Amino acid sequence: MERGMSLRLVENPVDRLARTIEALLVIAPGPLSVDELAAAAEDDAERVETALGLLASRYREGRSGIVLEHVASGYAFRAAREAAEACARLVERPVQRGLSQAALETLAIVVYLGPVSRPEIARIRGVAADSAVAGLVERGLIAEAGREQDGGAVRYRTTPLFERVFGLSSLSELPRLDDLAADSAELRARLEEVAGRRGA
Amino acid sequence: MTAVAVRDLDLDLDAFEGPFDLLLTLVLKDELELGDVEVASVVAAFVERFAERDAADLEACGEFLVLIAALLELKARALFPDEENSPFEELDPEEAAGELAERLALYRRFKAAAEWLEDRLAAESDRYFRLGPAPLQPVVERPLPPQDPAALAAALRALAAEPPEPSLRHLALQFPPVSVFLERFRAVLRRRPRFVFDHEVRSLSRVEQAVAFLALLELRKGGEVKLGQAAPFEPITVWNAA
Repeated sequence: MERGMSLRLVENPVDRLARTIEALLVIAPGPLSVDELAAAAEDDAERVETALGLLASRYREGRSGIVLEHVASGYAFRAAREAAEACARLVERPVQRGLSQAALETLAIVVYLGPVSRPEIARIRGVAADSAVAGLVERGLIAEAGREQDGGAVRYRTTPLFERVFGLSSLSELPRLDDLAADSAELRARLEEVAGRRGA
Repeated sequence: MTAVAVRDLDLDLDAFEGPFDLLLTLVLKDELELGDVEVASVVAAFVERFAERDAADLEACGEFLVLIAALLELKARALFPDEENSPFEELDPEEAAGELAERLALYRRFKAAAEWLEDRLAAESDRYFRLGPAPLQPVVERPLPPQDPAALAAALRALAAEPPEPSLRHLALQFPPVSVFLERFRAVLRRRPRFVFDHEVRSLSRVEQAVAFLALLELRKGGEVKLGQAAPFEPITVWNAA
């Protein structure tokens, strides 16, 4: 009895904070940043990070059906991957489903160049981007982000939902655009080499 | 796969023999005179290759169209060497080729980025999370004061009761009998030999005036009175016929 009481008295204060954070993450509609968690829990950011570490070890793949993930510059709960099939039978995923090639290309341009306007997207892709942009806005993957100077065209950028859907902890996790083009640059060099030989 | 199909399109032209992409590279490097390239043959080669396929490959078509349009533009510029009359005077062919190459390279990069996103999406297809709506301010609920079921019953009963028959009284015209005015005019003529009809009925309602006029006509018809009027709408004078 006494022993139990003393145990409760010396409870690690981080445990208590971890429980509070757990509660906040359960009710949150999207990922919460460390600052947001600290403000809601009225605690300091460093201790919040410690508590998140505790939760991450508890809510992880293979140990729990709920997994804590660092996504979209914040923390959120998601389902464990092993439960994916069951989840698929329960819910639809309208945001991810059926993204066309045009939509993915448009999304890629907004990801790397955003905020970017429709005319700019159309210039790069060589075709009008209106319906692709409207579709992405409807899915919530991109959103309006002001206008070009002097009341020009509306510009778009990606939303936190985009990062969440693509499982990115932040946009910095994206590969560099130059790295992506490496193979095409290589191809170009090869062709030019062949062309050079032919010309010689 | 599709992009490869367009790039690998084998061409057998008078001025050039080899894959389409190589043709493009040679043109961009100014090592092949575009004027010598028969664009129609390139199109024909693509159409033949396209016809061999079972399913329509729209993506390959799109890429081919972009490339062939670029070639046509370059060729059109080459055909207008006179800068003053050129419809493309804003860019010289070298600049145009440079811009084209740059634009193609940029597009290719974003195409690669789109592929990366597609792969990423596929890799993350077993990640499920709850998509909650944005947190809203709590809706203000106005709780009702405690209610008495009997009060509701009484209110409903009042609504269910048959409404009273509406009164039509105001719609009925009140006609005084003609006889009243017959007697009245006879009495007046007993007191004085003549009177002016208009003065006698001045204080009456329109309906009463009309009934009074009927009484007057009745007296005239019976030969009891004579009537005189200087002109239409002038006052009517009434006097004894005797």
